[in-house]
Amino acid sequence: MSATATTIKSKGNVWDGGQSPLKASYGKLMMWFFLLSDAFTFSALLITYGLVRYAHPGYEGSADAFVSSQEYWPIPEKVFEAVPFLHGMHLPLVFVGIMTFILIMSSVTMVLAVEAGHRMDRKDVEKWMLWTIIGGLVFLSCQAWEWGHFIHGTDAGTLAKFLVNGELITETIRGANLTINEYGPPGFAAFFFFITGFHGTHVASGVVLNFLIYYNTVTGVYDRRGHYEMVEKVGLYWHFVDLVWVFVFTFFYLV
Amino acid sequence: MEETTHVQPQPVDKAKIKKIWVTAGYMAAITILEFVIAFTVPLEMAMTRVSIFVLMTIVKAFYIVAEFMHLKYEVKVLVWSILIPTVFIIWMLIAFIYEGAAIYEIRF
Repeated sequence: MSATATTIKSKGNVWDGGQSPLKASYGKLMMWFFLLSDAFTFSALLITYGLVRYAHPGYEGSADAFVSSQEYWPIPEKVFEAVPFLHGMHLPLVFVGIMTFILIMSSVTMVLAVEAGHRMDRKDVEKWMLWTIIGGLVFLSCQAWEWGHFIHGTDAGTLAKFLVNGELITETIRGANLTINEYGPPGFAAFFFFITGFHGTHVASGVVLNFLIYYNTVTGVYDRRGHYEMVEKVGLYWHFVDLVWVFVFTFFYLV
Repeated sequence: MEETTHVQPQPVDKAKIKKIWVTAGYMAAITILEFVIAFTVPLEMAMTRVSIFVLMTIVKAFYIVAEFMHLKYEVKVLVWSILIPTVFIIWMLIAFIYEGAAIYEIRF
C-alpha cells in the first residue's frame, strides 16, 4: 500500500527475489552455461577417441623402430613431426607446440582487452582485440597447413591390404582421407578430422565474434553504452576455445 | 560520435597487468616443461608420461578457467554451478575407457 513498504528488503534469503544472487549479468551467465554444454560436446568427442583407442592394439616394440601400420594405433609424435619449409626433417610436435603457444598468447591479449575494457580505455581495447584477431587467424592458417600435410601424407607411405574382387592385394597408400589412412586404423584419421575440425570451427566463429567486438569498439558503441561487457562475454568464449585446445593438445598429440 | 570523446579512460593498474603476464608466464613454462618431458622421458614409460601430461593439463586448465575466465573471483554459487556438472565428464571418461578395454578383450 504505502511506498515505503516496497523498499524494505527481505533479509532472509538472496534467492527470494529483488537481487541477483550470482552477481553476474544475464548474458554472462548464459555464456557460462553455453560453455558448460560445449564442454560436454568436446569431452564426448575426446572420450570417444579414448574408447576407440583402447579398443585397438597399441604399438609394441621400441619407439625408434616405429613404422605406421593399420594393425595398431600410432604413436602421435611419430605422426605429427612435420614443420612448414623444413621438409623431410624429423621434428616431433614442434609445429603443434608453436600453434599451442600462439593460441595461449591470443588468450593473454584477450585478457588484456577485457582489462582495458574495465578501464573504459578504447584505444587499448582496440589494440589488444586486434592482436587477438591476428592470433586467431595465424592459428587457423597453421591448422590449414596441418590438415593439408595430413591429407597429402608422407613420402614413404604405408603398405595396406585391400580386398578387391575377393582377392587380397597389398598397396602403398599415402595420406589420409575418409576412406584411406596411412597413419593407422581408419578411426585415427576420422577422429583427427572431427576433433581438430570441430575445434577449428570454434576458432573460426571466435574470430568472427572478435571482429564484431573490434568493429563495435572502433565505432564507439561501447563508449556510448557506458560499459565494455560484450568484450568480457566474447572473451569467455575465446578462453574456452583455448581451454579446449589444451585438452586436444594433450590427448591427441602428447599422450 | 561527439559524446564518445568525453569518455576518460581510467589509469592503468600496474599490479593487475603484471598478474596477467605472470599467469601467462606460468602457462608458457608448463608447456615448455611438457616438451622437455616429451623428448627426454622414453616412450616406453607410457604410464609416467601420461600421468605427468594429464596433471599438467589440469594445472593449465585451472589457470585458464580461474584467472583468464575470472571464475575464481565469481560468487561461490556460480563457481559450483559450473564445476559440479563436470562430474558427468569424469563418469563418462571412466565408463568409456572401461568399455573400450572390454571391446579390445572381445576383439583380440
